[in-house]
Amino acid sequence: MQVTSDVREPLVTGGKTLKDVTNDICRQVEGRPSRSWIIAFVLALITLAYGTYCLMMTWFVGLGLWGLNKTVGWAWDITNFVWWVGIGHAGTLISAILLLFRQKWRTSINRAAEAMTIFAVLCAASFILMHMGRPWLAYWTLPLGNTYGSLWVNFNSPLVWDVFAISTYLTVSVVFWYIGLIPDLATIRDRATNKVSRLVYGTLAFGWNGAAKDWSRFESVSLILAGLSTPLVLSVHTIVSMDFATSIIPGWHTTIFPPYFVAGAIFSGFAMVLSLMLITRYVFHLEDYITYAHIESMNKIITLTGSIVGIAYITEFFIAWYSGVEYEGYAFINRASGPYWWAYWAMMTCNVVSPQLFWIRSVRRSLLATFVISVIVNIGMWFERFVIIVTSLHRDYVPSSWAMFAPTRYDIGDYIFSFGLFFTLFLLFAKFLPVINMAEVKAIIKSASEPDPHAGSKASKLGGKEVEVTDSNH
Amino acid sequence: MSDSKKYLIGVYDDDTVLLEAIYAIRTKGVKVLEAFTPFPVHGIDDALGYKRSRLPIAAFMFGATGTTCAICLQVLTLGIDWPMNIGGKPNLAYPAFIPVSFEATVLFAALGMVGTFLVASGLGPGAQKTVFDPRSSDDKFVLVLDLEKNSKFSQEQLSLFLKESGASEVNDKEIIG
Repeated sequence: MQVTSDVREPLVTGGKTLKDVTNDICRQVEGRPSRSWIIAFVLALITLAYGTYCLMMTWFVGLGLWGLNKTVGWAWDITNFVWWVGIGHAGTLISAILLLFRQKWRTSINRAAEAMTIFAVLCAASFILMHMGRPWLAYWTLPLGNTYGSLWVNFNSPLVWDVFAISTYLTVSVVFWYIGLIPDLATIRDRATNKVSRLVYGTLAFGWNGAAKDWSRFESVSLILAGLSTPLVLSVHTIVSMDFATSIIPGWHTTIFPPYFVAGAIFSGFAMVLSLMLITRYVFHLEDYITYAHIESMNKIITLTGSIVGIAYITEFFIAWYSGVEYEGYAFINRASGPYWWAYWAMMTCNVVSPQLFWIRSVRRSLLATFVISVIVNIGMWFERFVIIVTSLHRDYVPSSWAMFAPTRYDIGDYIFSFGLFFTLFLLFAKFLPVINMAEVKAIIKSASEPDPHAGSKASKLGGKEVEVTDSNH
Repeated sequence: MSDSKKYLIGVYDDDTVLLEAIYAIRTKGVKVLEAFTPFPVHGIDDALGYKRSRLPIAAFMFGATGTTCAICLQVLTLGIDWPMNIGGKPNLAYPAFIPVSFEATVLFAALGMVGTFLVASGLGPGAQKTVFDPRSSDDKFVLVLDLEKNSKFSQEQLSLFLKESGASEVNDKEIIG
């Protein structure tokens, strides 16, 4: 029996049955790759190949290939790192925080968003390795004894906290994502018609057979992982912001950074989820699963977090003046009117103005407007990190050491590398794994789907028994 | 010495029908081996008489282990083994140890709990748990009865119980092993 509500929009349209869900989602996993997928994959591989060349040059020759100088010691590397980590946060927010808040609309986007998280964190980690200059010594960041060449790591340093935060975040995200995948992999295994896919998906499915006892444990595990991931995701970007906030650079040394960074991370992450999901939805024909209701909900979160970010920008400016610290005041005046004014105003326009358009209902329900704004938001969030890092560094306390930063082709090439890596991984995921969490969508199909417009009430098919369906997803 | 076991499998089309069926069948004194469903059906734990999972306790224990390990590591390295003067700050700067201790807590709790879950449920790469009906991962809800454990009923009786409770089909399966 299906229950419809006048208040809530259906989350699955087209009168889908359980069987339809399986068929619709498994179709692209089981079929041959489509032409558009192949073209996209080849483009991603070419991007990755060029990026890898630039990355190898950076590793073999050294960081002198970048546009860094004595004054600006961090630029695109850390900008890209913070940008990618921030993007990753939306996946955890959708899978963990929205699970705790019992938001059912997360079910059809959480799988892809979590995959995005993992790939974005990998991209972020690649910049951490790159900016070390000698990535083969990356293990020096681990607490190893003196015989390995360094003293114990300094646990008072946010950079060491970052090592723990990012690696924990990556590990827990992978585990959370994979546990959620197991039942769906079992579905693919049980449908497999050829030996190879039965073997591969059978191994990946860990022997899952959907026993009620296992589901009970599975639900416990999901809930606790969500409970663990929620403070984790907040801690990760807080620690990233402390890389800056605990320094004494004017423009960095601010207590507002942790909440402001977390809001910005969720803001950019949702924008990236939207960009990706709108394309996935179109290419894989998932219009019935990723509906206007989903897009609208995500746009509302973008407006909320975008507004928090906007208030943070204004607060920072106010505090710079109110603190009475000359250097702090100059850092902010310089941001808005100095040689990098264009980056500052690009950030303000993209991040503060553009999401406000979502107050208009027709804009937040328009696919084109949503896509354009989601891309603009991500451009804006990249500029935000660039502004924070480069404008704060380039004019320090001693005017004789003031300098400008300009990227070289290797700065740009290493950024391209991360895009190649991200899209290659995402396309592989979209082809070989179910992009929508089938088990979770099936669980809400009764309570949150549109009744089949072509058939009569489903209740009549169930022996006429009128059973009250309660709101029972999680 | 092939020891074959016979099972009776009731296939249902709907989760609410399955839930009612489990109650109906268990009140008759029939022992249900297990139910297999494509998604977590709420209330099925109570229907089958399962106790609440103790995994949260495992998660807490692993988490506490993580916290302890992280604090010990930081105190031993920076406080005892090789104290360093870092900006004139105290060697044992506990507030600065919070982030790493927190991350280690989460890491240990998550990995430990998931490991416990996999071991408890017998899941893992290469594991092959019995799939009684492959449609149970698609759109069917499957109830399995072990004939040996229900020897006071005949197969026909059990089969009738399943059908009466709303099963759309009833199959038997013999598993050798």
